[in-house]
Amino acid sequence: MASERFQKRSSDTSPGITTASLPDIIFMLLIFFMVTTVLRETEIQVRTELPDAEALTKIDQKRLISNVYIGPVIRGPREGETAVQIDDALIEESSAIRTIMYNQLQEEPRLIVSLRVDRESEMQVVNEVQQELREAGTLRINYSSNPAVDQ
Amino acid sequence: MAGLLDKRRSKREDAETPTSSMADIAFLLLIFFLVTTTINVDTGIGMTLPPQLEQEEPPPVQERNLLRVLVNASGEVLIDDNMSSVNQIREEVKTHVLNYGENADYSDSPSDAVISLKTDAQTPYRIYIDVLDEIQMAYREIYNSIARSGNLPSGESVLDETYESYEAYRESLEPEDDDLVRESFPRNISIAEPDSGN
Repeated sequence: MASERFQKRSSDTSPGITTASLPDIIFMLLIFFMVTTVLRETEIQVRTELPDAEALTKIDQKRLISNVYIGPVIRGPREGETAVQIDDALIEESSAIRTIMYNQLQEEPRLIVSLRVDRESEMQVVNEVQQELREAGTLRINYSSNPAVDQ
Repeated sequence: MAGLLDKRRSKREDAETPTSSMADIAFLLLIFFLVTTTINVDTGIGMTLPPQLEQEEPPPVQERNLLRVLVNASGEVLIDDNMSSVNQIREEVKTHVLNYGENADYSDSPSDAVISLKTDAQTPYRIYIDVLDEIQMAYREIYNSIARSGNLPSGESVLDETYESYEAYRESLEPEDDDLVRESFPRNISIAEPDSGN
């Protein structure tokens, strides 16, 4: 009787590896990735519906890109007016672009300026910005566009 | 004795809720988020602006080497003073660039050929991109044929290997490598300042 009880107990105490903490580890990973993934850095204040194009190139190095948004303002007192936005702010005077871009170029000499321009914007504004970019010396530009749907 | 055994058994039954499947659920969530999160790559038409000129005049270009593309605000296209349309630009650019001095109206050689694109101030950006895209595609098609054959259109050999397309050649390049196709067959696109449109 006593030996029977002893045997039973020894079979009970053989434990498996506890997997109870595994979900916690994975949840931690999940939350870490969700928190560190940045979806959008800047709030876009102008509408930029990009044009379609065929001869596209990809820019893999995201670090090199600086975005310039051109399009009609979405809301606020200047609604509908075509404006230029760099980072978070609308540009009041186009000559400010020169300074901003020059400073960015000093930090990153291989800078690529990605022009995200609304399809209906007039060339006048785009050209004004391009003249400023030339003044700043940021000559590598990219007309951001969506891949054209095959006919 | 029997009562003592019963008590033990009942204790063992409600000991733990099974948590081993939690790991699977969390994994599924993790994989779902990893798959659905798209890190968007910026795509677009790459261009290089001309540097700011101090006092220098831009270098003169012979009339025959220059292909003037004018686009007005309503999307009408004028190529070297002839009415044309957006669809015709690609072929026109290719004949101009690949002329090799044959026709007196077109270029002397590909490296001399310049495509000048000029828009009105009121031209919508969409039309400008359409036209620029056509010009770029003309060059892209030439580059594709160079990458496929390894030879320039004039017959000169540039690449040691052949590739499926120009894109495939670009992808095979190391970042510090020079793009031989681009170097041996330069792309001269000049963006002129738009007219004020008055």
